[in-house]
Amino acid sequence: MSKDDKILKEFTSKEYEHGWSVDFDVDQAPKGLNEEVIRLISSKKDEPSWLLEWRLDAFETFKKMKEPSWSNLNIPKIDLQDISYYSAPKKKKMLKSIDEVDPELIKTFEKLGISLQEQKRLSGVAVDAVIDSVSIGTTFKDKLGELGIIFCSFSEAVKEHPELVKKHLGKVIPAKDNYFACLNSAVFSDGSFCYIPKGVRCPMELSTYFRINASNTGQFERTLIVADEGSYVSYLEGCTAPMRDENQLHAAVVEIHAEKDAEVKYSTVQNWYPGDKDGKGGIYNFVTKRGICNGNNSKISWTQVETGSAITWKYPSCILKGDNSVGEFYSVAVTNNYQQADTGTKMIHIGKNTKSKIISKGISAGFSQNSYRGHVNVLKRASNSRNFSQCDSLLLGNNCGAHTFPYIDIENKSSMVEHEATTSKIGEDQIFYCLQRGIDEENAIALIVNGYAKEVLKQLPMEFSVEAQKLLSLTLEGSVG
Amino acid sequence: MLEIKNLHASIDDTKILKGLNLNVNAGEVHAIMGPNGSGKSTLASVIAGREDYEVTDGEINFSGNELSDLGPDERAREGIFLAFQYPVEIPGVSTTNFMKTAVNQIRESKGEKPLDAVAFLKLMKEKMKLVNIKQELLSRSINEGFSGGEKKRNEIFQMAMLDPKLSILDETDSGLDIDALKIVSNGVNALRNKDNATVVVTHYQRLLDYIVPDYVHVLMDGRIVKSGDKTLALELEEKGYDWIKVKN
Repeated sequence: MSKDDKILKEFTSKEYEHGWSVDFDVDQAPKGLNEEVIRLISSKKDEPSWLLEWRLDAFETFKKMKEPSWSNLNIPKIDLQDISYYSAPKKKKMLKSIDEVDPELIKTFEKLGISLQEQKRLSGVAVDAVIDSVSIGTTFKDKLGELGIIFCSFSEAVKEHPELVKKHLGKVIPAKDNYFACLNSAVFSDGSFCYIPKGVRCPMELSTYFRINASNTGQFERTLIVADEGSYVSYLEGCTAPMRDENQLHAAVVEIHAEKDAEVKYSTVQNWYPGDKDGKGGIYNFVTKRGICNGNNSKISWTQVETGSAITWKYPSCILKGDNSVGEFYSVAVTNNYQQADTGTKMIHIGKNTKSKIISKGISAGFSQNSYRGHVNVLKRASNSRNFSQCDSLLLGNNCGAHTFPYIDIENKSSMVEHEATTSKIGEDQIFYCLQRGIDEENAIALIVNGYAKEVLKQLPMEFSVEAQKLLSLTLEGSVG
Repeated sequence: MLEIKNLHASIDDTKILKGLNLNVNAGEVHAIMGPNGSGKSTLASVIAGREDYEVTDGEINFSGNELSDLGPDERAREGIFLAFQYPVEIPGVSTTNFMKTAVNQIRESKGEKPLDAVAFLKLMKEKMKLVNIKQELLSRSINEGFSGGEKKRNEIFQMAMLDPKLSILDETDSGLDIDALKIVSNGVNALRNKDNATVVVTHYQRLLDYIVPDYVHVLMDGRIVKSGDKTLALELEEKGYDWIKVKN
């Protein structure tokens, strides 16, 4: 038996840390996808009629759509009628403040290391916590309110700031954009909304924490971020789910608007339950994320660390419409056991002197498949545009796969596009070098992998970066020798 | 300190070491010389516990422990250090980070608390002087884009940081110009004391002008065929390895 085989045989992956679930009373819609369910969701949320119409319109389109088949993923048939599209922890009345949130829910988030008690928080991170389908509380609201920053659940934004929502909803990702975005548009239940007014630099990290708890439910949240002229915000997203044998569907949409001179930094650490070591269970993660640099000199930067989910299908993209606008995509995607990831980005250069940068680091272990898919499109009037792409793949073991699918369309002669790609294996030489210095195998792999992903990890805010490094090591624990 | 008895080792079923004996005591410097392919680097790797090599017979004792039961990381924590002939690149990992991980894991294995940032930096500063190495180099990805001399100096820097009982220098002189050779040798000499030992594996006598050995052994076809004091190295330099072959 070769060394690699031996190691794979000995493979014991660390148990998923967030695999517990909590029992609290839930209000759950019956299984099935139909107009009634959509009307039910909309009425549960007291939505205005324009939003219900928007949902129903999306649903009409959705009925005619087919699941996309172009990805390098083996997606089992998902029975959309076997899913409940709405699940919410029961609450007896409208909550006036976070202090009225069910203590059981607060405990749930504390277990995840997220405190919703504002006064206890030392670091300046404002959190919007979403369980199953609804936002259960947002911290630091008042403090942010003083600056004119709106940070609340999506449902609340629909009630309190309908004009802002109506103006921006579905403008970057139209309801009909793609199969999963369209499904989300019809059935989305909640999510986060954020508006940064002109010239305001948001003084703290804003964060949404998603947690799937109920079984047999899908999670379809929607995030909308609007950064007005000259503003700045750094936004974090984290997610976990219980360990369940069946697969659960997560189809989210994130839209970002950056006006003139505005900058939005969006960081994700995705840790949905990946399934067990035989590939049983896990979240199917189909996410559409897109931002538009609408005004001149604006900037949108996506950073993602993808370690979870049985299937990941995700391409955070930038439409660089304003002149001199900048789009960035930094990604580390790790797959182990039987996980599959098809992830990357699209950079659409429309404005003059627009710049984009793509740094993608794939790490595959076990029997997993990891694909980078990217599209760089420079349109006719985007003179002097620049793109730099670097796509690296790291393989651990002999049974996994790494794939790169770069698409490049250039319609402007004065633009410059660079693409670099490498594929490597963790060398036995590197591991022996570490071992010889007294570092054990697990630490050696953690060190090498974190070194490999450093360029991306350093883009994350400090606390997140430490978290992400630990997560990378855990995901790969026991996968090489 | 190190006691090797009748050591046989092979790689991919090719026998390389064929009954090697060697004793190294604390405070001593031993030089292992021999022609290409005689098994010098294999010996260094086998002592360090590289898994590509299979020990088919014999034993290695180190400070009273039979080494065959210990993995390479455990051997390192027992105080065995190998200065690599070809130091390995690890992109994105600085020497500082590499050493911090190593030093603290070794401390942990001894039940000691990890060094805090200030204490670690102080230790680094002190050891940097020994091999005349700059902070800037230690902040870069380890060995990536280093010159030959920088790589070898970095190895000796790591040796100084880890303060091993037994240091094995595998062809440390290869690829070094005379100035770099002096710096590296001065570092090694400064680290010598009565409690540690050094095994210098080399092809040429040149290095032994700077790191003066107590014993010189000639390794040929997997066995030590001749041992002597430092004059043996000079004699070899003059007469070549054939001189011993003929005598045997």
